[in-house]
Amino acid sequence: MAKKNRMANEINAGSMADIAFLLLIFFLVTTTIAEDKGVLVKLPQWSEEPPPEMKLNTRNVYSVLVNAQNQLLVRGEIMDIKDLKNNTKIFIANPQKMENMAEAPTKAIISIKNDRGTKYQTYLEVYNELKAAYNELWEESAMVKFGKNLDELTNAQQREIRDAIPLVLSEAEPTKFGEEK
Amino acid sequence: MGKFKKKQGNTMAAISTASLPDIVFMLLFFFMVVTKMRDTELMVKINTPQASELTKLEKKTLVNFIFIGRPTDKFKAKFGTKPQIQLGDKFSSVDDIPLFLAKHKTTVPEGQRQSVISSLKIDNDVTMGIVGDVKTALRKAGQLKVNYSAKKRDRTK
Repeated sequence: MAKKNRMANEINAGSMADIAFLLLIFFLVTTTIAEDKGVLVKLPQWSEEPPPEMKLNTRNVYSVLVNAQNQLLVRGEIMDIKDLKNNTKIFIANPQKMENMAEAPTKAIISIKNDRGTKYQTYLEVYNELKAAYNELWEESAMVKFGKNLDELTNAQQREIRDAIPLVLSEAEPTKFGEEK
Repeated sequence: MGKFKKKQGNTMAAISTASLPDIVFMLLFFFMVVTKMRDTELMVKINTPQASELTKLEKKTLVNFIFIGRPTDKFKAKFGTKPQIQLGDKFSSVDDIPLFLAKHKTTVPEGQRQSVISSLKIDNDVTMGIVGDVKTALRKAGQLKVNYSAKKRDRTK
């Protein structure tokens, strides 16, 4: 009789929580929440022969140099990185039809050059600002043309906007200054 | 006095903890689904810069990771303090990149090989010399889609 009573007893499930917590903590420690975001870049194709000489009107070229001291030289003048985006936007759109800025957004070319000693952080910031300038121009143009945000447009409409203001970013081979020994 | 004692006795009913495991298991499954296993141990210190124009990496299987940074304290004695490239779970040189990319390509189905993205996780402090070398190696290997890993920040005004 006593034996039967014991069999009928419930199994204590109190420790189940402990086991589950243990597993939970194990997963919390060994895993990383996926936070893989970044600046997407398309590198140019590699070719052994030097790129073809191209006659470019200097007014269409926006040259950005970043030196080993992480200073910016934009079209021959020192610039703060905070002003880079807005100045780039003005250069591409050229709302006042200035003589020394891009003839048309389709003709604008951005050129970056850095030293081998340039800090990666600065380089990425510069790249990011230039990309931001284009993104903002696209967003503004989407508002003007279609009255909608850029991401609400269809793919064809987005392409139309991007073709009107194409992102042309050329990167020159870095110069050998300031390399870490 | 007697009144107080009686009240206390009434509230002492045991709360059933039987549903606790279920709750914890639910949490456990949530984390198992949301997170991914840390498959490679980082041997270099990486603190990615901040940027505003970010793109999310969608398909994890199509991404290979290249780490560049200074060796962590554990590896300092052996590999020095100069920035190093880590491919997979070992320190490598620029020359190892083509093989690394080719190895990763074999794990990707044939039709999706042109959409493989290289995620470059590079430390703030690294100079562009080594980054430029890696970029050249990637271009030579035909791996042109690159994602510079960064943290989210707001756009500058």
